Amino acid sequence: MKGLPLSPLRGRGLIIGVPWFWLGLFFLLPFLFVLKISLSEPVLAQPPYMDLIREVEDGLVSISVNFGNYLLLWEDPLYRGALFGSLKISAISTLFCLLFGYPMAYAIARAPSHWRLPLLMLIILPFWTSFLIRVYAWIGILKGNGLLNNFLIWSGLIDQPLEILHTPLAVYIGIVYSYLPFVVLPLYATLVRLDLTLLEAAADLGCRPWKQFLTITLPLSLPGVIAGGMLVFIPVVGEFVIPDLLGGPDTLMIGKLMWTEFFSNKDWPLASSLAAVLLVVLIIPFVALRHFEQREEAV
Amino acid sequence: MKRRFPLLMTALMFGYAFLYGPILSLIVYSFNESRLVTVWAGFSTKWYGELLHNQQLLDAAWLSVKVAATTACGAVVLGTLAALALVRFRRFRGRGTLQVMVTAPLVMPEVIIGLSLLLLFVAMQDSIGWPDGRGQLTITLAHTTFAMAYVTVIVQSRLAHMDQSLEEAALDLGARPLKVFFTITLPLIAPALAAGWLLAFTLSLDDLVVASFVSGPGATTLPMVVYSSVRLGVSPEINALATIIVLLVSSAVAIAGVLLYRQEKRAQREQNLG
Repeated sequence: MKGLPLSPLRGRGLIIGVPWFWLGLFFLLPFLFVLKISLSEPVLAQPPYMDLIREVEDGLVSISVNFGNYLLLWEDPLYRGALFGSLKISAISTLFCLLFGYPMAYAIARAPSHWRLPLLMLIILPFWTSFLIRVYAWIGILKGNGLLNNFLIWSGLIDQPLEILHTPLAVYIGIVYSYLPFVVLPLYATLVRLDLTLLEAAADLGCRPWKQFLTITLPLSLPGVIAGGMLVFIPVVGEFVIPDLLGGPDTLMIGKLMWTEFFSNKDWPLASSLAAVLLVVLIIPFVALRHFEQREEAV
Repeated sequence: MKRRFPLLMTALMFGYAFLYGPILSLIVYSFNESRLVTVWAGFSTKWYGELLHNQQLLDAAWLSVKVAATTACGAVVLGTLAALALVRFRRFRGRGTLQVMVTAPLVMPEVIIGLSLLLLFVAMQDSIGWPDGRGQLTITLAHTTFAMAYVTVIVQSRLAHMDQSLEEAALDLGARPLKVFFTITLPLIAPALAAGWLLAFTLSLDDLVVASFVSGPGATTLPMVVYSSVRLGVSPEINALATIIVLLVSSAVAIAGVLLYRQEKRAQREQNLG
């Protein structure tokens, strides 16, 4: 604790207080409003919900809490299906991100040291260019008379264009494509620190490369696998742009449903209860992510 | 190890092809003469010309740049403060909450951030009359909130790996803490601040979902215009716009990357000498 350059108490208070206040106001507090509105009834007004606490007459206050939205979410197969569908799509695409990202991260971590930084930069660069535009690029590739179908027909592999756009497959492709950098970076960070002498020792004792990988490399890189996996899984559950642009009417995801309830149906209470449910569902993977990040910090 | 290397490198090359192929296809077809995006009809730059005459698009781009620049500055100040608090003060009340509040926006689905902030803005306007209406201000506040989390992560890692002995020496020699911060700490973390500013700028410029929720009738950002035209299908104008964005961003990132790389090299050389 010695030698802190900003030790006077007033400075300390400001440094901690200002970001705390900002995030408390604009990040934490809003969730309370989500909870509040989710318990209210929709009305045709501006804003389109009924306040929970209303002054009926002078001094007389009426409080009405409406759990109907949550009941609807549970009973209506549309909403339940969207929630479980989102979790399923998210889990499968996380798995594919890890399957594709692991060899890439491994190759970069084992590349000559002066190659690593440029190779990593190449992974990060697409992340800096517009997400919306990168998803949009796939429309031109996957659609009926798009680049992929044209190529496959030209090469004689197929004679009828494949229907890929507006199917779940297109959503998976879009998600894996957009979120791949998020798994490569944490995986690289754990793989590059791997103690190579362990592998040498195993090899000297006659361990085969595959077994080395399964018994040493993979277990030691597990924190990176979990961190990378969660960085994909959590935001993808609520993804809107990808299912909206690449998915079809049968790819129901909760983020897209929330968007429709809010913008098309103007049902703010129902959209809020969807958000509240999504938030609660995502707390478990978030805690897992925090847990592994803290372990990383301690190392 | 050696024997497996070509296999790994092939996997890596496929990965890069997967990441860059779609972007390249956009760039190539932005120069296509035909309106039918996937049929090549000869080289042309006419779509770039049409972009310049699309007033709605230009207005939206200008609004987005204004929002992004303000967001980036605000996010760098707030993110640096949060990083200083977390790295330099190991113990204070609310540290755990602050840590969670700067990590959560990184993974929080945008639909939740957007909806919750909108409800907050509506409630605030109802009770205290501010912010009055929704538009540029509310979009900037919302973007600053999620962008500062990214800045915090970048500055945090820089501060954690920084040599504190220079600061200690200056303090021992009687420099005031504020002066030490501005003459020693700030220049040392400057690359992280620059990277954070750029990232906050591009995140804000790129955001569709949060902006759609918190924006009002008068304020349409660039992604909102792009989105509404993309929903109608592929258009060569959007390809041209995408090409411009990709080229601008990649040259900015490449310059920043080269600068960072050189600085690191120099630091390594100095360390080797010392």
